[in-house]
Amino acid sequence: MFFHLDFFHLVRTTDIISTVEFNHTGELLATGDKGGRVVIFQREQESKNQIHRRGEYNVYSTFQSHEPEFDYLKSLEIEEKINKIRWLPQQNAAYFLLSTNDKTVKLWKVSERDKRPEGYNLKDEEGRLRDPATITTLRVPVLRPMDLMVEATPRRVFANAHTYHINSISVNSDYETYMSADDLRINLWNFEITNQSFNIVDIKPANMEELTEVITAAEFHPHHCNTFVYSSSKGTIRLCDMRASALCDRHTKFFEEPEDPSNRSFFSEIISSISDVKFSHSGRYIMTRDYLTVKVWDLNMENRPIETYQVHDYLRSKLCSLYENDCIFDKFECVWNGSDSVIMTGSYNNFFRMFDRNTKRDVTLEASRENSKPRAILKPRKVCVGGKRRKDEISVDSLDFSKKILHTAWHPSENIIAVAATNNLYIFQDKVN
Amino acid sequence: MLSKGLKRKREEEEEKESLAVDALWLDPGHAAVAQAPPAVASSSLFDLSVLKLHHSLQQSEPDLRHLVLVVNTLRRIQASMAPAAALPPVPSPPVAPSMANNLLASSDAALSASMASLLEDLSHIEGLSQAPQPLADEGPPGRSIGGAAPSLGALDLLGPASGCLLDDGLEGLFEDIDTSMYDNELWAPASEGLKPGPEDGPGKEEAPELDEAELDYLMDVLVGTQALERPPGPGR
Repeated sequence: MFFHLDFFHLVRTTDIISTVEFNHTGELLATGDKGGRVVIFQREQESKNQIHRRGEYNVYSTFQSHEPEFDYLKSLEIEEKINKIRWLPQQNAAYFLLSTNDKTVKLWKVSERDKRPEGYNLKDEEGRLRDPATITTLRVPVLRPMDLMVEATPRRVFANAHTYHINSISVNSDYETYMSADDLRINLWNFEITNQSFNIVDIKPANMEELTEVITAAEFHPHHCNTFVYSSSKGTIRLCDMRASALCDRHTKFFEEPEDPSNRSFFSEIISSISDVKFSHSGRYIMTRDYLTVKVWDLNMENRPIETYQVHDYLRSKLCSLYENDCIFDKFECVWNGSDSVIMTGSYNNFFRMFDRNTKRDVTLEASRENSKPRAILKPRKVCVGGKRRKDEISVDSLDFSKKILHTAWHPSENIIAVAATNNLYIFQDKVN
Repeated sequence: MLSKGLKRKREEEEEKESLAVDALWLDPGHAAVAQAPPAVASSSLFDLSVLKLHHSLQQSEPDLRHLVLVVNTLRRIQASMAPAAALPPVPSPPVAPSMANNLLASSDAALSASMASLLEDLSHIEGLSQAPQPLADEGPPGRSIGGAAPSLGALDLLGPASGCLLDDGLEGLFEDIDTSMYDNELWAPASEGLKPGPEDGPGKEEAPELDEAELDYLMDVLVGTQALERPPGPGR
């Protein structure tokens, strides 16, 4: 069905990958890891003659985005793990991205340097200052080619605005502002101003004992710069309009599906907690991921989703064990393909799932070294729920819950996907006929 | 006394969860695993949840989402267990202040109080940063998002409703918590912090901002965080 694998690329990184994101053209792929590093891959430049572009991505730049910090006031260590990376649309020769850990957002500029000026008047070739008295002639410095160097520089640091852990950042379609969301608050920033941010959502109760719900994800609408959504740990999504008021505590729309009484259990709330929310490229739909399902919502219908896809329903009878080992709290992300026709999300045992919204077909694939060879077809996997297990099936009890695919990304226009499996980054491309 | 400031690593959690629940979960017929509308939960599920809650609160910086979900789950479990235990006389339908008073008057007052103070101090700890403290004009207090029932807070979680299940073991858990750090009154909650709303004038934000910025600057200078290469901080 999909993903007759034409080319697959495996990169082994030194640390657990915590976020993956293509830029707006798909030319660059950024990963953030637990050690605070960002690695950017660039697609191999093919000659124009070749009709079929291979999806080979090579390392373009690596830099340390965040360092571990110590908060002296609270006596706490702040993790350097990169929670999210978001690219800015390209406006000149340089690339810009936002990367964030739990507390601080940084704007990084990634630029190329392939020329170097030579022939300074006041400095010699080693860079030492010359005595001006010895200078008798003037010359014009010239630019000479040099080996390509890619440098990353931090252009802005947006700090000290979040008491709680940042879970999301989202660039506004106006390209002038962006938002950062933590468990209880959402702040709006201007890219040029680092010492001030506007609080646009605040759900912190006056009495912390009354806290029953937290913000889990937030995103701006892809086209309407005044609209954004945020999801909660109770399985609800709120759409807010910044034109309505400065503090968007009152939502414009409230999306919630009534609980299915037949599926009720002590873990109902935990599995309803939304771990990711994404607008479709069209801006007409939002997709949410909770523990067992992916749901697609029409912005014009608040009382229930228009589509629900079961990711791994066989886990429903295992919720107790998953609660005990904390797996029930895992936060899976979800992504749209470029045309909004297919959605993808991860699961356990290094499985990831894809759902075709039009044909209603779905497939389970595995990101593993053993099962993936270049130019091979990625074999669909199947989980056997009970009874007789067929030859190629894997039983639920054999699933490896330590191998979880939380982060995936889809190229904005082509069928190229990036799948992060612990410290391995898999890049798959659909066979082009 | 300051804590070590080290985040509890995942490996340490394993030793804590020493409940003999393995056999229990493998049994698909177990009440807690059943998909039917929840029957009375087993005490081990309750204990597991309390352990998780305790664990979460012991972190120097608890994962709020994890904490909230565990607390809410614990409430559900306890609600299903309530009919099984003898309740103290409650004169009116559960209203937060009176229920709280009843609970505090019970023998588990110390337990409830430490529970309550832990959660309350969570907000004090958070208040040490530049975030604004809730002021009288900040909005209706105790607004609950999405929750229809009155929020009783954590006070009722360990109240006498489940008295028969709160054996000495559970009391013992909370004896370990050193609350001396939280009892420290040295740090008064900061006034309105660095996040002015659009309507705030520049004058309002400057005064409190200065104190905290000064403090931050002092700290930065002391540990040389301005430098690219930072010397290892304490506890690393």
